[in-house]
Amino acid sequence: MSATDTPANLPTPDAATQRSPWGEVLHSLLRSGTFLTGLGIVLFWIVCALFGEHFVPYDPLADDIINALAPPSAEHWFGTDQIGRDVFSRVIVGSRDILTVAPLATILATIAGTALGLVIGYFRGIVDDIVSRILEAFMAIPVVIIALLAIVALGTSKITVIVVIGLSFAPIIARTVRSAVLAERELDYVAAAKLRHEGALHTMFVEILPNVIPPILVETTVRLGYAIFAVATLSFMGFGIQPPSPDWGLSISSNYGMIGGGFWWTVLFDALAISSLVIGVNLVADGVHGAFND
Amino acid sequence: MTDRNALELNDLSVAYRVGRRNRAVLRNVSFKIGRGEAYGLVGESGCGKSTAALAVVRYLPRNGSITGGSIALDGQDVMKLDAEALRRARAESVSMVYQDPGKALNPSLRIGRQLTEIFELAGMSGQAASDKAIAMLNLVRISDPASVMQRYPHQLSGGMQQRVAIAMALANDPSMLILDEPTTGLDATVEAEVLDLIAQLRRELSASILFISHNLAVVSNMCDRVGVLYAGMLVEEGSTKDVFNDPRHPYTVALLRCLPRGGQRKDQGRLDTIPGFLPGIGATIVGCAFADRCALATERCRSEPPPLYELGGGRLSRCHYHDKAQSLPRATPAEIAAVAPKQAPPVLQVEGLNKTYASHGRALRAVKDVSVSLRPGETLGLVGESGSGKTTFARLLLGLVPPDEGGSIELEGKQLAPRLASRSEEQVKAVQIVFQNPDSALNRSHSIRHILSRALKRLGGLTGKSLETRLEELVRSVRLTDRHLAVKPRQLSGGLKQRVAIARAFAGDPRIVVCDEPTSALDVSVQAAILNLLADLQSKQDVSYIFISHDLGVVRYLSDKIAVLYLGRIMEFGPSEAVFSGPHHPYTEALLSAVPKLDRTESSRIRLDGEIPSAANPPTGCVFHTRCPRKIGAICETQEPELSEAEPGHTIRCHIPFAELARLQKPRAVEPA
Repeated sequence: MSATDTPANLPTPDAATQRSPWGEVLHSLLRSGTFLTGLGIVLFWIVCALFGEHFVPYDPLADDIINALAPPSAEHWFGTDQIGRDVFSRVIVGSRDILTVAPLATILATIAGTALGLVIGYFRGIVDDIVSRILEAFMAIPVVIIALLAIVALGTSKITVIVVIGLSFAPIIARTVRSAVLAERELDYVAAAKLRHEGALHTMFVEILPNVIPPILVETTVRLGYAIFAVATLSFMGFGIQPPSPDWGLSISSNYGMIGGGFWWTVLFDALAISSLVIGVNLVADGVHGAFND
Repeated sequence: MTDRNALELNDLSVAYRVGRRNRAVLRNVSFKIGRGEAYGLVGESGCGKSTAALAVVRYLPRNGSITGGSIALDGQDVMKLDAEALRRARAESVSMVYQDPGKALNPSLRIGRQLTEIFELAGMSGQAASDKAIAMLNLVRISDPASVMQRYPHQLSGGMQQRVAIAMALANDPSMLILDEPTTGLDATVEAEVLDLIAQLRRELSASILFISHNLAVVSNMCDRVGVLYAGMLVEEGSTKDVFNDPRHPYTVALLRCLPRGGQRKDQGRLDTIPGFLPGIGATIVGCAFADRCALATERCRSEPPPLYELGGGRLSRCHYHDKAQSLPRATPAEIAAVAPKQAPPVLQVEGLNKTYASHGRALRAVKDVSVSLRPGETLGLVGESGSGKTTFARLLLGLVPPDEGGSIELEGKQLAPRLASRSEEQVKAVQIVFQNPDSALNRSHSIRHILSRALKRLGGLTGKSLETRLEELVRSVRLTDRHLAVKPRQLSGGLKQRVAIARAFAGDPRIVVCDEPTSALDVSVQAAILNLLADLQSKQDVSYIFISHDLGVVRYLSDKIAVLYLGRIMEFGPSEAVFSGPHHPYTEALLSAVPKLDRTESSRIRLDGEIPSAANPPTGCVFHTRCPRKIGAICETQEPELSEAEPGHTIRCHIPFAELARLQKPRAVEPA
């Protein structure tokens, strides 16, 4: 056998260079203080949502009119609200609804936005021109207005909130995906797919999609932060999650009239809870962004 | 002046910290560059050339550190300089020119601003600084400095940008100029100009030069002395002439053998290759670093690290058997089965192909009236500067862009539809491509198995068991193994990735494979292996290639026919030997003259002035007249010459009659007095 016929050798694997791209991202995530802090906060609220009701001192829904509007004390750490419900218990359990509605809305936005972004980025031309203008027009309307219109028309329910927030965030994700696809479609592997007579669906979803996952993932985590905020806003306005849920936005809305009377504890702890969750998600988003762009 | 060396590296070791481990990149490298001397550093990628350059000015990346040895610039120990002194040394005595001038210049500042800034920093006032800037542009032979000063970098061609970058590097009158691959990525004609410029400047200025390149021919033309790096070690050093003509290290011997030289062709034998791979960065090396790849290696080489033997005459070699280095046996046998020339009907017949793009309201004729034909098993080499329409022509053939109405492409006698979508499955798989950059051509999310199976399924129409069998064959035919199938492209080296790309192109038994600069991103030893592979596949499968490359040596090795393109027009077309040996079109002559040769046997140098004109506004008459060194007069400016037959099968588009071209291009020595 001549030397020409000997197969080329695989270079000796090297631990540092052989890690898969996803392994590398995970590795840098686990070394990122930002990400770990954010993850800690988010996990805390997830645990509260899942198991909170088993360890809170009081039933978050049980009223106790005699003890209404009691200030924070050893008995009621965060005080009680106007019908005597324990604020601490309500804050801990209050993450349950927002942590189902906001992520579901974000997932909906990601799926719809990714599909839309792939199509307009891949076909470009007239499709892109028309769809992009529509998306821009859509993005110009504030989420709250769209939500109000939809809820008036469809009635209040968690599903409505999910659909409304999901659809109003979809154009933003579509725009991010579109720009990633525009860069990707110029690469030669896309031409190679054309030279195999691959269909557009295969090229978009099998060839291009796996390569644009990183920006989608970053955009999704950023959107989750906004979604939490949007859900809380809608609840506050009375158009989202309905009583008697101990939801934070809802609690603030039903208690903020009390601040004037000096009963700050009925609002402050819910507000802090919302902020901490949004900050936590944003820290995670920062960490993910950093890990993909190092 | 003192007799201090301009640069002195003593036992320099550099390591990069990767994954909490220090990985050695340079290992005890020592060399000296005298005043006014040009020293070349050659070696394949990953051997530490650029690291050496960065270490000199202490510009190593953050994870890099100098782990031993010393660097002296002008007798001054660079390691001991404090931040301020280091800044002064960088500003006053060393300058660097990098590979990509587009990245070295600030895209949002005018050239004038960027240049005068350097002089203003040195304390000059506005007018004086701007006069000095113009003087610098004159120095680098820019003909209209005032207008260039007003332009932004993107408005200049690559060659002009590199001149400006050189002007900036020379602005502080450095005693040491570091050139890191300064002409890689430029066209051969532009490369020749830039190299000429550097050579002229060397005579005018006193600067010493550290010239880093992977291109042995370039280094051999530019440098007095040369050092060969391998795995971060200097393995051979000596005067350029000695090292290239009489190498004393098996690595140098092998590197030189990988190049197609002296008009070598595929039917005259295979190129030699270097088996195996460069040791990984930071690998522990016992004995000689090259032992694993060296056919001369003995037990001693594997256990006892060779010292740098002094061979006299300023020559060094890190080989125990330096006296026998040249007896290194070939890694790839040269002999090949002779292929009888066939007279089959053409597989490809292109007639009057045109492609016009609309560019800012003007018609840009990227390809104009191109007709070629190609027989099975033949290679058509496409040659020309960037912007000459080579790639557009290839894309027209592939159907990736539709040509203008009128022309025709026939594959095996059947008309090919202009658009890929309307071509039949048979036609689609018959014309495939190997792209220049495998990183872009292979989907980074897919495994090699997925990439090749998909191609076999779509192009070969295979499924299940028969697909598996064919996959195995295909993988073996490009000399990969099963182990390569499970990995993703990024886990393979450049050469292996290119083999996967070749395998993919061959999945559906193509009739024509377009090879668009398939080896330009590869090291010479890998390039040789890929060229051998392409030649082997061709002789086995009778496939035809359209081979695009800026490296004329490579084109000559693989091609049976050559088409020389300029501004989308064929200037010369004919059998490879006739085109290369001449007489040829003046443009072909200039292209050939621009190629740096290893043996420095340049007879007459022909340099093209100015830049390739815009295809949106081509010159009247012969499109080449604006740069033609053999222009004969008004006829060239007014009338476009026809492509006329010079010899059977060899056509030239020139007003100068063939016999006259033959007389003009005859080597001087033979010319009667």
